[in-house]
Amino acid sequence: MRIRILVDGKSFGVKQGDNLLHACLSNGLDLPYFCWHPLLGSVGSCRQCAVKSYDSEDDQEGRMVMACMESATQGCRISIDDPEAVRFRAQVIEWLMVNHPHDCAVCDEGGECHLQDMTVMTGHDHRRYRFTKSTHRNQDLGPFINHEMNRCITCYRCVRFYRDYAGGEDLNAFGAHDRMYFGRQSDGTLESPFSGNLVEVCPTGVFTDKTFKAHYTRKWDLQTSPSVCVHCSLGCNTLLGERYGEVRRVLNRYNADVNGYLLCDRGRFGYDFVNSEQRIREPHGRQAGAAAGEDLDQEAVLERCASLLKTDNSLVGIGSPRASLEANFALRELVGADHFYSGISAQEYELEGAVLKALREGPVRTPSLREVESADAVLLLGEDPTDSAPMLALALRQSVRQQPLREAMKAGIPQWHDSAVRGMIQDRKGPLFVATPVATALDDIATEALRAAPDDVARLGLAVAHVIDPQAPAVGGLAAAAQALAKRIAAALLSAERPLVVSGTACGSTVVIQAAAAVATALSVARAQTEVDPPLLFLTLSECNSLGLALLNPKPLAQLLKSGGKGVGGTAVVLENDLFRRAPAEQVDALLEGRSLVVLDHVPHATTERAHLVLPAATFAESSGTLVNNEGRAQQFHAALAPAAAIRPSWSWLRGAHAAARPLEAPPVSLEDLRNACAAATPELAEVWTPAATAEQTQTLRYAEEKVPRASFRASGRTAMHAHLNVHEPSPPADADSALAFTMEGFSSPDGQLIPSYWAPGWNSVQALNKFQSEIGGEQRGGDPGVRLIEPRAAGPSCYPDAAPAAYAARDGEWLVLALPRIFGGEELSNGSPALQERTPEARLVLHAEDGRALGLEDGDEVEVSAPGCSLRLPVTLLDDAVPGVAMLPLGIPGKGYLALPLRASIRRAPA
Amino acid sequence: MERPLTQNIDRGREPLGLKAYEAAGGYQAVRKVLTEMTPEQVTKAVKDSGLRGRGGAGFPTGLKWSFVPMGDDAPHPKYLVCNADEMEPGTFKDRVLLEGDPHLMVESMIVAGYAMGADVGYIFLRWAYRLADRRLRAAIAEATAAGYLGDNILGSGYSLTLHVHVSAGRYICGEETALLNSLEGRRATPRAKPPFPQVSGLWGKPTIVQNVETLCNVPHVINRGADWFRGLSRTEEGGTKLYGVSGRVKNPGCWELPMGTPIREIVEEHAGGMQDGLKLRGLLPGGASTDFLVEEHFDTPMDYTSIQAAGSRMGTGTMILLDDGNCPVGMALNMQNFFARESCGWCTPCRDGLPWIEKLLQAIENGDGHADDLDLLDAHARDLGPGNTFCALAPGAMEPLHSGLKFFRQDFERHIAGKGCPWS
Repeated sequence: MRIRILVDGKSFGVKQGDNLLHACLSNGLDLPYFCWHPLLGSVGSCRQCAVKSYDSEDDQEGRMVMACMESATQGCRISIDDPEAVRFRAQVIEWLMVNHPHDCAVCDEGGECHLQDMTVMTGHDHRRYRFTKSTHRNQDLGPFINHEMNRCITCYRCVRFYRDYAGGEDLNAFGAHDRMYFGRQSDGTLESPFSGNLVEVCPTGVFTDKTFKAHYTRKWDLQTSPSVCVHCSLGCNTLLGERYGEVRRVLNRYNADVNGYLLCDRGRFGYDFVNSEQRIREPHGRQAGAAAGEDLDQEAVLERCASLLKTDNSLVGIGSPRASLEANFALRELVGADHFYSGISAQEYELEGAVLKALREGPVRTPSLREVESADAVLLLGEDPTDSAPMLALALRQSVRQQPLREAMKAGIPQWHDSAVRGMIQDRKGPLFVATPVATALDDIATEALRAAPDDVARLGLAVAHVIDPQAPAVGGLAAAAQALAKRIAAALLSAERPLVVSGTACGSTVVIQAAAAVATALSVARAQTEVDPPLLFLTLSECNSLGLALLNPKPLAQLLKSGGKGVGGTAVVLENDLFRRAPAEQVDALLEGRSLVVLDHVPHATTERAHLVLPAATFAESSGTLVNNEGRAQQFHAALAPAAAIRPSWSWLRGAHAAARPLEAPPVSLEDLRNACAAATPELAEVWTPAATAEQTQTLRYAEEKVPRASFRASGRTAMHAHLNVHEPSPPADADSALAFTMEGFSSPDGQLIPSYWAPGWNSVQALNKFQSEIGGEQRGGDPGVRLIEPRAAGPSCYPDAAPAAYAARDGEWLVLALPRIFGGEELSNGSPALQERTPEARLVLHAEDGRALGLEDGDEVEVSAPGCSLRLPVTLLDDAVPGVAMLPLGIPGKGYLALPLRASIRRAPA
Repeated sequence: MERPLTQNIDRGREPLGLKAYEAAGGYQAVRKVLTEMTPEQVTKAVKDSGLRGRGGAGFPTGLKWSFVPMGDDAPHPKYLVCNADEMEPGTFKDRVLLEGDPHLMVESMIVAGYAMGADVGYIFLRWAYRLADRRLRAAIAEATAAGYLGDNILGSGYSLTLHVHVSAGRYICGEETALLNSLEGRRATPRAKPPFPQVSGLWGKPTIVQNVETLCNVPHVINRGADWFRGLSRTEEGGTKLYGVSGRVKNPGCWELPMGTPIREIVEEHAGGMQDGLKLRGLLPGGASTDFLVEEHFDTPMDYTSIQAAGSRMGTGTMILLDDGNCPVGMALNMQNFFARESCGWCTPCRDGLPWIEKLLQAIENGDGHADDLDLLDAHARDLGPGNTFCALAPGAMEPLHSGLKFFRQDFERHIAGKGCPWS
C-alpha cells in the first residue's frame, strides 16, 4: 500500500512498511548510508543515515533515528536537513575516516567509491584526528579478489553478503573494537563462486577486481556498454568496460527480473578470452589440399567467399548456441532453412528437445530468477546449478528463506530488518529437496538430499507427480523409502504458496527433465481449481543462446553427420563453433572430407584448423546482437569496443558473403534490417525487437534524437590516447548497429537497455544505480531489458511421459559415466580467461568411495576409463556422497575432445 | 534490619548445601508456586512488589515478564537467562550472591522460569567467577537430584533444565542481546530492539534476561508478599539493595541495605569513611557507566528515582569514589581505556569514537593536549549519546566523561595549560 510521509516538510509517496532510508532513496533524495544494502536489508551498524524524527506537528525537538531502522508509517515526519542530523552524519564520516587512508587522489577505487561520494555528500572535509592510524596485513585471496584491509570502514556488508546471502563460509569478521578484520582465517582463495560481488558490495576499495587491477585504468576512462553474459544460459546482464581495445572488466548491470545486483564469478571474470593473444585477427585462406594458407585482405576474402558460396546451390550451415540470434539467422538465410543445422551434440539436442517441449507445450510457466528467489518450496532434480547456472543456485539460496521469513513477518518483524529476521528464523530453511547423482553445493541448505542415478531421480520425480496427480504415470517397484520421500516432497510442494521445480540439460537425462515437467504439470493440475498461484518450472540450458538457436528451428547436427553429409552441398559454413566438441571426430572428419569449409570464430580450434576460409568474428564484446536465455527472454548486448580492422561481427560477414556471392538475393543490409527479416520469418521472434527501426532509421540509430555516449563525460585521456602517433584526434568509429556511440558526446542518461553505466551527480560508484530505478530494488526506469517469448499454454495437453523408466541397476565391472558440469573449466569461452584457468581444478573422475575401494584406489590415484570410442586416463576423487556404479566425468576437459556422455564404461586402475 | 538476599551468607564458611538451605526455608517458594499459583499469579506478585531490575537499567521486572507470550500457542522452548556476566567496573555485588548462596540462585531461576513457562534456563557467568561456577554446578546437581530441576518438578508437570554457561569474557556480553548472541555461539554484538527478547530472544524464542540480584529477590517476594517487600525500603521503591563502595575508603565492601539508604550513610557508616588525609571529591554511584555525583549530592537516597533526579543513574548501586589525592583525568582515561577496548566494533560512533577519546585523554594526561581537545571531548560526549549509537555501551561510557568534564573541567584545563598531570 502506498502512503505519504513528510520529509523536511515535503510530502512523498512511499510503500508502507519500507524503511525510511529505502523510502527516501526511492524518492530520489540523497541520504548517505553504508551498512544498508537493498539486497541485504538493514542492521543499523554504520549510523550514517541518521535523520531527525518528529512525533507530531507540535514536536519541535525531534529525536535522532537511523532511517534504515524505522518503518515508514502514514504521515510520519522526518528531517534530513535538520542541522543536528547534518552535523552528526558528518561526524560519522569523520569517525570512519579516522583510520581510512587519505589517498583518494591515487587510490584505485577513487572516482567510483561510495565512501568518497558519501564523504563529499556529508561535507566532512577537515581532519581533526591527529593520532596514528591503525594498519592491517592484507591477504592473498586468490586470482579474483584483491584485498586492501587498510581501507575498511567496518560496514559488515562483505560478511553479510558472503555468508548470510551467498552461503559462503571462508570469509568472516575477526577481532573487536577498532581492530576489526574482514578476511579469511588464513590466506587463500575465496571459495564462494559469488566472491566477485564483494567488489561491488564493498562501499570502498577493500575488495577489488584483481583481473581489472592486472590491466588497470581509471574507471572514468573506460568506454562501457550494456551487455549480456555469454557464460551460461541464464543471460545475466553485465556492463563491459573497455580501454585501448581491451576489455578491462565486467560489472553487474541491474535487471530486476534476472540477475538483480549480482553476478557469479564465471560471469564476472570469464571475459578475458576476448583479449586473448590467440584471437583470430585476420581472414585466413587455404587452398584445398594445401597444408598452409595465407592471410587475406577484405577484398580477397569476399572474393574467396563469393567463389566458395556462389558455386554451390546447396550449402550446408551449422549454427551455434554461443552466437547471436542475428548471426544464426544470417547463416540460415545464406544456406536456406533446409540446410541449416544446429551446432550441438546429439545428446544436447535431445535434452534441449525435452526442455523445449516442456516450455512450449506444458501448462507451467518458467519463472525469472527473481521469481525463483520468492519460491517457497523447491524440488531440484538432476543437476547442481552451482556449476551449470550459478546464479540460479544463489537464487535458490534465497528461496529457502521464504517460509521461515513468513514466521518473522507474522511476529511483526519487517523483512528489511535483517538481523532481527535472522535472529528469529535462525537456521530454519526450506523446504528444498535435492535429488542428484552426486553431492551438490546446495546440500547444506537442503531439507533432504537424495543420491541416485538419473533414472532413479526421474522415478522419484514421477512418483511425486503421481502422488500429486494420480493421472501421472505410476512408478512400479519403488522402494518404500523412496515412496515415503516422494510423499514428503509432494506434501511440501502442495502446501507451498509458490512451489518450484528445477532441472535442466546439465543433468544429462531427458527422463529427468520429463519428470521435472511432470511434477510441475501435476502441481498445476492439482492447483487448477484453486485460487493459489500456479506452480513454476525452471529448466536450465547449456549455453548463452541455446534457446535462441533452437527457436530458429535448425535440423539436428546428428542427422547431418549420420548421413555423412549426403545430399548436401560441397561447402560447409560453420558459425562460431568447434564441431570436434560436438561430435565424434570420425563423424566430423567424414563430413568435412572433400568439402570446402568456411569457419567464422574468434579463437582458433580444431575446426578452424581444417577450414579453407577462416573469418575473424567479433566476440560479444565487439558486436551487438540478441541472445535468448533459458527463460525464453530475448536480451540485446552491445559492443563495448569497435572490432579491430579486419574483424567483423559474424552476421556482417555472413551477410557480406551472401551479398558477394548472390548480390541479387541479398543486398547489403544493416543489423536492424536483418532483425526485421528475422522477426518476419520467425513468428516466435516477432516481438523481440519491437519497435523495429525502419531501413532509413537504421543508418542513424538514435536515442532521444541523439547517440548515447559510451565514454563518461569525465573521460580524461581521450585526446592523449593517440597523441604519440598523431596529434590530430581520429574520428571515433561509427556504430550503425546501435544507438550507442564511441564518444563522450550525446545524450547521457537513457533509460532501460541502453544504460551504458551508472552515474548521477554526487553518485560516482555503482550505487548510483539507485537513481536509475523506479524504486529501490524495483524495476529500472524505462523498464527492465528483455522480452519474454514463451508463455505457458492456458490448458495445454498433458506433459506426462507414458511410463516411468526402469530403476537403475549397476552392472558388474561397468560404470555409468555421467557429465559433471563445473563452474570453472566447464564452459568453452571462459576457459580462455587466465584468472578462471587458475581456478580450474584438475580434471578428476568422481567415483563412489566403495567402488574406489573395490578397485583398490585411493583418492588421487589414476584410472583408465574405457568404452567404445573413448579411452581416458585421469585421477579419481572418491566420494561417499555419490552413487555406486555411477562415475562423473568433468565436462569440457581441454584436449580430451568429444565424449558422448552418458556412456557405459569400464574403469580400472591405470598401470604405473 | 532484614537482609533477605544475604541472610544465608557467611563468608567464613562454605555456602549452605541443599539440606541446610531447605532447613533455612529454602525452596519454599518453588513449592508454593508449583502447588498454589498460576504463572500469571507469580508475575502479578512480582509486579505488585515494584521490583526493578538490579542490573543497571531499573526496568520493572513484573512488567518485563508480562510481555512473554503465554498459553498453549506460545512458542517453545522458552528460555530464562540469568545475566551473571558481572563486568561493570567497580561492581561485585552479584558475586556475593553467587558464591554465597548458590541455592538461592537456583531457586530463583525455578520460580521465575515457572512464571514465564521457561523450558531451559542458563546462568551466563562471568569468566573469572570460577568459585561461583563450581558452587552453582554443585547446587544444580543437588537440586536436580532432589527433583527441583529436570522433568516434572515435584510432580507439578512443570519442567526446567538449568545450565551454567561461562562467558569468554567481554564486557559487551553483559548487554542482554549481545549475551544472547554469545550464548548462540555468534559474535557478541548487540541486537536491535524491537524485537525484544521476550518475543524473539535466544535462538529466536521468547526469552527473559534478568540480573542475578533481581532474580534472587523473587523467592522472597513469593514467600513474604509485596507489602513486606515494599516495607523493606526507606523510599517508594521496594526491597533491599546490595550497595558497594570501592575507592580509598577505610572499609571497601558490599552490604545489603534498605533501598534508598543515602550515599553519605553508605560511605561514612558502612565503608568507614575516607582514608585519613583524603577528601571525597566525587563518585560514580552505580559503576563506571554512570554520571559523577559531587558533594552537593551526597545526601541523596540511593534509589532509581532520586539518583536520576540528582543527574546520574543508580546503575548497579556499587559506587566508585574519587578522592582529592587522585587525578580525575587519569580516572577518566582509565575508564575510557576500558570502554574503548570493550567496544564490540559493531557501530561506528562507539568503535571509532571511543578510541579517539581515549587517545585525546592520553595526550592530555601526557602533556600533549591541545587547547581545542576539550571541545572535541565535549562533542563526543554529546554525539555518543543514546539513540546515536547501537546500544548503551558508548552512552554509558559518556556519562562519567560528560559529567567529569562538567565537574572537573579546571583539572582538564590545568593538564593542557601545564602540559602534564599535576598529580604525577
